[in-house]
Amino acid sequence: MSEQSTAVAGGEAGTAATTKEAADAQAPVKPKNNRAWFLVLPVVVSVAFTAVIPLMTVVNFSVQDVFSPDDRIFVGLEWFRSVARDPEVRAAFVRTLIFSAQVLLLEIPLGVALAVAMPRRGVWVSVALVLVALPLLIPWNVVGTIWQIFARPDIGLGGWAINNVLGLDFNYTLDSTDAWITVLIMDVWHWTPLVALLAYAGLRSIPQPYFQAAQIDGASAWAVFRHIQLPRLRGVLTIAILLRFMDSFMIYTEPFVVTGGGPGNATSFLSILLSKIAVGQFDLGPAGAFSLLYFLFVQILCYVFFTVLTRSGR
Amino acid sequence: MADIRLEGVGHSYDGGRTWALRPMTWTWRSSRAYALLGPSGCGKTTLLNIISGLISPTVGRVFFDDREVTAVPTAGRNIAQVFQFPVLYEEMSVYDNLAFPLRNRKVPKPEIDRRVRRVSELLGLDDQLRRRSRRLDAGRQQIVSLGRGLVRPEVAAVLLDEPLTVVDPALKWTLRSKLKEIHRDTGHTLIYVTHDQTEALTFADEVVVLNEGAIVQAGEPAELFLSPAHEFVGHFIGSPGMNVIPAEITADGLVRVGDTDVGRALGDTGADRAAGEAPAPGPVRVGVRPEFAVLGGDPVSPGLPVRVTGVDRMGAYNLVHVEAGGHPVIARTDAEARFKPGDTEYLRLPPDRTFLYRDAVRCGAVGPVDGPAHGEGEQ
Repeated sequence: MSEQSTAVAGGEAGTAATTKEAADAQAPVKPKNNRAWFLVLPVVVSVAFTAVIPLMTVVNFSVQDVFSPDDRIFVGLEWFRSVARDPEVRAAFVRTLIFSAQVLLLEIPLGVALAVAMPRRGVWVSVALVLVALPLLIPWNVVGTIWQIFARPDIGLGGWAINNVLGLDFNYTLDSTDAWITVLIMDVWHWTPLVALLAYAGLRSIPQPYFQAAQIDGASAWAVFRHIQLPRLRGVLTIAILLRFMDSFMIYTEPFVVTGGGPGNATSFLSILLSKIAVGQFDLGPAGAFSLLYFLFVQILCYVFFTVLTRSGR
Repeated sequence: MADIRLEGVGHSYDGGRTWALRPMTWTWRSSRAYALLGPSGCGKTTLLNIISGLISPTVGRVFFDDREVTAVPTAGRNIAQVFQFPVLYEEMSVYDNLAFPLRNRKVPKPEIDRRVRRVSELLGLDDQLRRRSRRLDAGRQQIVSLGRGLVRPEVAAVLLDEPLTVVDPALKWTLRSKLKEIHRDTGHTLIYVTHDQTEALTFADEVVVLNEGAIVQAGEPAELFLSPAHEFVGHFIGSPGMNVIPAEITADGLVRVGDTDVGRALGDTGADRAAGEAPAPGPVRVGVRPEFAVLGGDPVSPGLPVRVTGVDRMGAYNLVHVEAGGHPVIARTDAEARFKPGDTEYLRLPPDRTFLYRDAVRCGAVGPVDGPAHGEGEQ
């Protein structure tokens, strides 16, 4: 009887061949059905509602010119062409790419350095972890608000100090460079902790004998970092780079709160421009085409990063 | 190469409440191959790390010949250490791995090249020098980690901490003979930590048995097997381990198990016996290895009555489980011997191979019942 019931259970899709053979040998007549597929249904439905259908709506908009729900024209790839040629989009694209590159160049080394400097044992471990993780616990728009105020030259501590203590002329609402630097430093402040925590976890997982062997070999602290710690951080750093690239390339809330994309277009990143087109101007066709191109580009770049980072390790 | 002398060395991980390694004085003599044998957690690795300087002992001093090195950091001790799993600089080639300790010490390039080539020849790594070390199999990786120790001039000792754990069983024999070969060719002092008695007995000139942080016996493999100085050695070495039967020494110097006199209590060493010294009357434990316990009565002095409880057929021999006064005893017999569970048999304890233990430490031997009280003056 129990053999029978295992055979029924074994009829589900994706059962290992060996189990099937065993079931064949034990139960000559094997009941066969595809009812197990019903178990997948909830996932299919929820993914369809949350991802596939909304995305198809975007695809739908991207190939039509919509005047009203009943009045629309199929325009083919026209929106894609016009978005790709739009100088404003191109400028925002370059700006976002530069921003992401700067974010990676600053946050990855800084995060690794922070992780190396964090204590390994003792009471200070938890203190350091909490302190480092603090920025990660703050909601995006609050981070924006904090920095919006902090960097103000009149009432913000940071802005005031730069102007009055360092004696530099700093005003992010008027100067493009100042605005850019403010947004960049804000991102570094907000997200370096993520890199640091990932790297810290990676460092903690290195078995003690590696460090003992290095001691025996007379390796300097730098050699230990270069030849033991860094190579063994490859995995977590791959994840850190992917996460930080995707996230910084899609940055929206913080610059929106701090600068609103200005002054002028100085901090107008792709996502800010996109929301201006989609929500501000309600140009659903161009916004749809823009979204798909944006999505595609993030996918391709992540694929490239991932391939390069994993291949180089072999 | 040097004698490594530990003077009163002990280590505690919790500020002196418990000893991971009890204070001990011991000398590792130059150019010998030692096996450090003991169960997990007995302090083997602690002892090794004290020698290599990865741990500084809580008490005591460490000498290499006459140079005190207690405070000398690991890098200054010229110790080669191989860990349980291969520790490599994975993104480096085999050559760079071998050269790494020399480069750290700013050895001139031609000298590095000469040394690396010599070691790679010794270890049979010539064909692998250009390969990335992480692509080698686990056995070769262990060889490379060993090579990183051997490449330095004047290596004081090579410490191996269960180096074959991750290696394929089939490859273990090859690697072990390779290690012996290297030991023969280089003459380095070798300390090989293991919890596997076969590994220890086949490998070493001298086996040092460690239990609960203390050395309980050291000697040649045969010595540990034939005359265990401690009950632990009897249990740990040999398969199955030594039988231990509670007994008593009577006022007239006889060893009595239950109601049967099994022999006469003799002094532990020849000198003791010559001086007429024997263990004092009182409770004692009799130890005899299954290999030497003899089953089957002798009409004159039949021995200890026992009941057979089971027989394990091992192919070439049988292990007969018997019960002597409620205590399990195992005797190894010929495969042809016919003992059946439930039978009553007689167990004889051979005079040369039966010992007496008090507080787990050997205190004497068992001689023939009718023999002289002071034995032959020989052991």
